[in-house]
Amino acid sequence: MINNMLLGKSLLSVFVIIVMTANYGFAAGGGDQYIKDYKFSFEGPLGSFDQNQLQRGLKVYTEICSACHGLKYVPLRTLGDEGGLGYSEDQVRAYAENYEIFDADLDDYRPAIPTDHFPEVVDAGAPDLSLMAKARAGFHGPMGTGINQFVKGMGGAEYIASLLAGYTGEEKEEFGTVFYENTAYPGRWIAMAPPLYGEDVDFDDGHSNELKYEAMDVAAFLTWAAEPKMMARKHVGFRAVLFLILLSALLYATNKTLWAPIKKRVA
Amino acid sequence: MAGIPHDHYEPGSKGEKWLHSRLPIVGLLYDTLMLPTPKNLNWMWIWGIVLTFCLALQIITGIVLAMHYTPHVDEAFASVEHIMRNVNGGHMLRYLHANGASLFFIAVYAHIFRGLYYGSYKAPREVTWIIGMLIYLLMMGTAFMGYVLPWGQMSFWGATVITGLFGAVPFIGDALQTLLLGGPAVDNATLNRFFSLHYLFPFLIAGLVIVHIWAFHTTGNNNPTGVEVRRTSKEDAEKDTVPFWPYFVIKDLFALAVILTVFFAVVGFMPNYLGHPDNYVEANPLATPAHIVPEWYFLPFYAILRAFTADVWVVQLVSFFTGGIIDAKFFGVLAMFGAILVMALAPWLDTSSIRSARYRPMLKLWFAILVFDFFFLMWLGAMPAAEPYASLSLIASAYWFAYFLIILPLLGVLEKPLPQPKTIEEDFNKAHAKNDKLQPGPAEVPAE
Repeated sequence: MINNMLLGKSLLSVFVIIVMTANYGFAAGGGDQYIKDYKFSFEGPLGSFDQNQLQRGLKVYTEICSACHGLKYVPLRTLGDEGGLGYSEDQVRAYAENYEIFDADLDDYRPAIPTDHFPEVVDAGAPDLSLMAKARAGFHGPMGTGINQFVKGMGGAEYIASLLAGYTGEEKEEFGTVFYENTAYPGRWIAMAPPLYGEDVDFDDGHSNELKYEAMDVAAFLTWAAEPKMMARKHVGFRAVLFLILLSALLYATNKTLWAPIKKRVA
Repeated sequence: MAGIPHDHYEPGSKGEKWLHSRLPIVGLLYDTLMLPTPKNLNWMWIWGIVLTFCLALQIITGIVLAMHYTPHVDEAFASVEHIMRNVNGGHMLRYLHANGASLFFIAVYAHIFRGLYYGSYKAPREVTWIIGMLIYLLMMGTAFMGYVLPWGQMSFWGATVITGLFGAVPFIGDALQTLLLGGPAVDNATLNRFFSLHYLFPFLIAGLVIVHIWAFHTTGNNNPTGVEVRRTSKEDAEKDTVPFWPYFVIKDLFALAVILTVFFAVVGFMPNYLGHPDNYVEANPLATPAHIVPEWYFLPFYAILRAFTADVWVVQLVSFFTGGIIDAKFFGVLAMFGAILVMALAPWLDTSSIRSARYRPMLKLWFAILVFDFFFLMWLGAMPAAEPYASLSLIASAYWFAYFLIILPLLGVLEKPLPQPKTIEEDFNKAHAKNDKLQPGPAEVPAE
């Protein structure tokens, strides 16, 4: 029937256009980027964070990244949240004490407590990393269509890991600033010196500290930092979809039964 | 209320009579719900319910979000992160609200193209159509201002580009833009007035929705045949219609449940897919993003806006004859709003005496091209302003205008329509008789 065809076509077109236009942001200028499709445990509707990996990533952040980059939107207490790093209260308190926070009431610095946020780091001029995993999620091709994100689950985590492992070793100096060649960075030349070389951090769980794993671990941690409620969100989504499938089935049956006599009268 | 003869509400009990003689509100609700509805409506008639649901969803989630949001340039971005991290269920509320806007626009475009295909805009439903177009304009305003509120990079630069359009209006442009922004540039005053208006507009929309429903309840629904319900007697009308409750309420709710299944999958599993990653970077007036793009639902009209550049001969001609008052920038603005205006004028541009494209073989073809053109413009709107996209945008924009200004008026004269069924009943019977033949086997268990 023509009407059903029209409906089918429109729904299909809507779907196609969503896929086509999503993340069109990087349509321009992203051509020379190489982003590797790393496999992360949190990809897909059923994927979840690997608690050990997040804890390793926190260690990489703490010992390396935090020298220049802050996490100003992330409250320290959320390190104890379920579905994330899952540290105990004491562990969170002990970790918080690593940081010195300026307290306006005291007009002085004091050790951080869990209710504080990770400190903002402005001195190095480096961007805050709280939302980096979401702010760099849109480079995916082919041709800026975002299909890789939809099909392969590629996102900001892949970008971060590719960037950290993407230095070629080449350097150049322009107007007194040194740039480093990086295969994942748009335009290929980045002002950040290679932060990781491999074996920079010793992991408590004995996991390999090759460059690739350090990069992946900190990328996973930053994904958590940008989207700490991912697990809760997926659970809600999963339950909602199951419930709605059931509701749809019941309404379908109700509708069919309801209309049967009207259609029957005809035949 | 409706012109279709049907039973009206009769208060039964003593209490009902008491209330009815003082405030006939039960009667109003009864007549609204029991409206005789053409029984041959197909699945493209479900979008009204989806749209009503979207409006309710956006208002409810929006009101709660507003309780936690701070409309100040220094705090807006952080307050959104506060919602995402600290407010109970805040991340779900925000993702529902952001993706709810996308669902709203998917539904409204389906609803509008349904109307264009089946000639729902034609007499006597012109007022319903015009009110619908006003609702659509208000939706665009609401969505645009809502996108500014998180105060990300794309919020800020999108607002800068779009409000700049008003500056292109001759003579009063600068004053208009300043009034809109509350100052010389997008700043705290802009954010505050956008927040205020973003809260106000949905209630204007809700008011117009009531008028929209009132209007088509007066004329009765259109239907896939475009043939009117018989009004000769109540018996005749009842052969063409069934009451809205329960038949279409249940059907629409089923469709809504299916659509919400997909919607919740998007919200739960890929809530940022339709958003722009740059909006997770706080607004910075000193750093322009490489590529400023509006949200997907504005892209077709954004493509039309950008299509008319100063090197297009039409633009040069108009500019010459108006002594430069209408320059390329203003021409683009006129084209963008004109694209919606020609759509609003469809009832008077379409000269055919036949409503439904089902019986208009030529219109069917041109309409299919229009749908393709719309999606093509959407894709072009997301591409950078360079060749070949600029030329393609121009061609695609030209077709949009040609459809309404040339094809619709001409087809009424040129086209030889196919025979229409005499009544809705005839169409309905034919459809279901055919279904019975296609599905041999035991008949369904009758509902008893």
